[in-house]
Amino acid sequence: MTVKKFNLPDVGEGLTEAEIVSWKVKAGDAVAINDVICEIETAKSLVELPSPYAGTVAEILVAEGITVEVGTAIIGISDNASGEPETVQAPAAPAQPADQRAPQPAAETPMYGKLPDGDTSDAGPAGGPLVGSGPKADAVKRRPRKRPEGEGATGPASSGQQAGEAAAPVAAVAAPPAPAPARPTPTPAVEPSPAGAQGGVQAPGFTGLSATVSGLVSRVLAKPPVRKIARDLGIDLADVVPTGAHGEVTREDLVSYQSQRDAEVDRADKFWGASKKPQEQRIERIPVKGVRKATAKAMVESAFTAPHVSIFVDVDASRTMEFVKRLKASRDFEGIKVSPLLILSKAVIWAAARNPSVNAAWVENADGQGGAEIHVKHYMNLGIAAATPRGLMVPNIKDAQDLSLKELALALNELASTARAGKTQPAEMQGGSLTITNIGALGIDTGTPIINPGEVAIVAFGTIKQKPWVLDGEVIPRWITTLGGSFDHRVVDGDLSARFMADVASILEEPALLLD
Amino acid sequence: MGSTQMPTPGIDGTGLNLQSSAGEATGDPAAEMIQLLGPDGKLGTDPVFSDYAKRLDPEQLRGFYADMAKVRRFDQEATALQRQGELALWVPLTGQEAAQIGSGRATQRQDYIFPSYREHGVALTRNVDLAELLKLFRGISNGGWDPRENNFHLYTLVLAAQTLHSVGYAMGIQRDQKLAEAAGSNEPKAAVVAYFGDGASSEGDVHESMVFAASYNAPVVFFCQNNHWAISVPTEVQTKIPLSNRAKGYGFPGIRVDGNDVIAVHAVTEWALEHAREGRGPVLIEAYTYRVGAHTTADDPTKYRGSDEEHAWRAKDPLDRLEKYLRSEGLADEAFFEQVKLDGDKLAAHVRSTTQNLQSPDIRESFARVYAEAHPLVAEELAWFEEYSAGFEGDDEQEAGN
Repeated sequence: MTVKKFNLPDVGEGLTEAEIVSWKVKAGDAVAINDVICEIETAKSLVELPSPYAGTVAEILVAEGITVEVGTAIIGISDNASGEPETVQAPAAPAQPADQRAPQPAAETPMYGKLPDGDTSDAGPAGGPLVGSGPKADAVKRRPRKRPEGEGATGPASSGQQAGEAAAPVAAVAAPPAPAPARPTPTPAVEPSPAGAQGGVQAPGFTGLSATVSGLVSRVLAKPPVRKIARDLGIDLADVVPTGAHGEVTREDLVSYQSQRDAEVDRADKFWGASKKPQEQRIERIPVKGVRKATAKAMVESAFTAPHVSIFVDVDASRTMEFVKRLKASRDFEGIKVSPLLILSKAVIWAAARNPSVNAAWVENADGQGGAEIHVKHYMNLGIAAATPRGLMVPNIKDAQDLSLKELALALNELASTARAGKTQPAEMQGGSLTITNIGALGIDTGTPIINPGEVAIVAFGTIKQKPWVLDGEVIPRWITTLGGSFDHRVVDGDLSARFMADVASILEEPALLLD
Repeated sequence: MGSTQMPTPGIDGTGLNLQSSAGEATGDPAAEMIQLLGPDGKLGTDPVFSDYAKRLDPEQLRGFYADMAKVRRFDQEATALQRQGELALWVPLTGQEAAQIGSGRATQRQDYIFPSYREHGVALTRNVDLAELLKLFRGISNGGWDPRENNFHLYTLVLAAQTLHSVGYAMGIQRDQKLAEAAGSNEPKAAVVAYFGDGASSEGDVHESMVFAASYNAPVVFFCQNNHWAISVPTEVQTKIPLSNRAKGYGFPGIRVDGNDVIAVHAVTEWALEHAREGRGPVLIEAYTYRVGAHTTADDPTKYRGSDEEHAWRAKDPLDRLEKYLRSEGLADEAFFEQVKLDGDKLAAHVRSTTQNLQSPDIRESFARVYAEAHPLVAEELAWFEEYSAGFEGDDEQEAGN
């Protein structure tokens, strides 16, 4: 005997929740397929739910008056242990053939949503329901990062055992679920169908697909009214994490972004705790987990295993700025976001080829007998440190040395938009060989970056701003930036790091050298 | 509507009265309606269509009843399956059985049917496995059956689009038949039936298709089931005259028939199909019926109509009146009705188990069907999709650096 759970279905199109108005059965009652078990009220109407199973009511999982989400288990029905055939309660028509005028529901009961009484007959076995399969509202919640193992993983056999997890049981369990189902239940080998019949239904896969498409045109998608609100609020749409059906920024996204921004600003006033409280009570304790934890671990490892040496150089990047401006205007780069980071990336790749030791890794105990090795990489998996909604991540562009300027620009755009959307895949963060951190984007002049573990060099790209600069004995305004670099001294000696940084700087000063 | 006229001076009272008092009053007395079998189960006469009714033998009449009962039982099972989370949506037909079975049974093998999305009864008469209909509503198929097998086209969810398809198809038949005749073929002639509703009648597509059908004398029967409600919009808002009168404007015959009278519907449709097959052009049939249930399982009609109206229509139930007739004429016995019920439950059990065992299609099939031949963009998108899906297999721990 097994207990099958019936999960609240989406009885309308795209409903997300419903209130249990009344139960028509109680624990211990015998039910047949299509017997009315309860009445629920959705945003659209009051409907009666027919039982998908025949058997005995084992437990009522949601009390009357409670609103639960679609997909929540509401009742457990144990099948008849004796194996007697299940019966299908025929929901009789409101206007029945004349001789069966037993309860003619004519006047009192409207027929939609109602399943009038009728006779029973043999029926096929009841499989697991496709419960909660209806269209979900919007992808406001992140999809779990796992897939059902194989098809049919949502069968009743599995769901039957995760008892009571959904809601507080309000009735005693009449028959505990047997851990070992006596016979395999016919399971519809169907994954929770993401698609509905008509429009307005979105399969997660398609969201992703269109997100790529939007990524290819590298433009933030949003409807005109949303764009207007963003403009009015002074929000850059590219900063907002989109949750819309096709990867577009919705009005709700803007609202939540704005409220988060407001909250941060508001909190600034209230940040300092009331000084009357002891300081002990004025400490906010934030559990370290997830990306924060991983970042911390990586940084400690790096800082304490690799002796860092950091050097800085001021660069006149005026020609880079001109070059970027020309690229932006060029037809070839139409629709592609071009920034000085693109030139710097190219410069780093170029300079690394001239100073290969910076594109390397220190490998402890490489031979298995305690001997270390230096692995010089003849490829450039260029890491770009990116602030994402989930924390700092360093996805890298594989074989960046093979990319043309335009391809590199596209790769940078995609990397950034993927990271911003929080969709960076683990594989995209593995195997990096050298990293750039673009702190200039945050208006910072420079800093001492910490090397990404597994690499030996990192370049920090400071902000570019106009400063007085001495050129041919005259002080003139030029676009100046500061490059910072940190190197693992075990691999890269001072002179080599200096040469590498000078090479990078020379490209920023004269991008034409790339034509070399 | 005389009794509910607005007393406003200067307004003749025929136009602005959108709300009629009850279901009974929605009938337009000006429209002549063909009826043979009344709600009391008594067979009346008609100068033209009684001849058609006389052709029906008791076996056929019992078949009409069996089909109507079967499809109603199927409708209830599908509604229950939707309430159990097995279907995303269901479109109930209860109340319209006579209009569908009567017209569907009048078609011949070679005829081609373009349904809307509620024509489960017509599907039954065309021998489509009703369980196949549910694939669409479970969201695992864009169609569900092979329309070539039974000349029953796929459901069209775009309102009235199928009326254009029908006329185009009928014009194709016209040309094929011309060629076949020239070649001395003896094939039976075919016609097309386009099903749509009172709501769809307001769509431009219907106008265009009727213009073309008339201009080219296409062998098509426009079968409009006026079930009185376009979701929440009553027919009075859709039209000021009986819908069947519209045919006059296009220059072909229009007939209003009691859509709950299976015998009359069958007779009228048979007449119209003969008319079309003989090359005399299109016909519009308005089957005057009523959607007793909700528009779909996502609809709640108590929000827009009164129960008195539903009552009035339940009294005209198509199954009741045929049962009365069969019993009073001694054409069917208790055992027959018992068997019909058992068959209905058997069908319901078949539909239930088939639905629950339907397999989700492989997403790759959808990519494979974008173009007839392999396409690099589609291949790229599939590759991306697979990579994206694969990304969900790993765990959430991710490296970070810098």
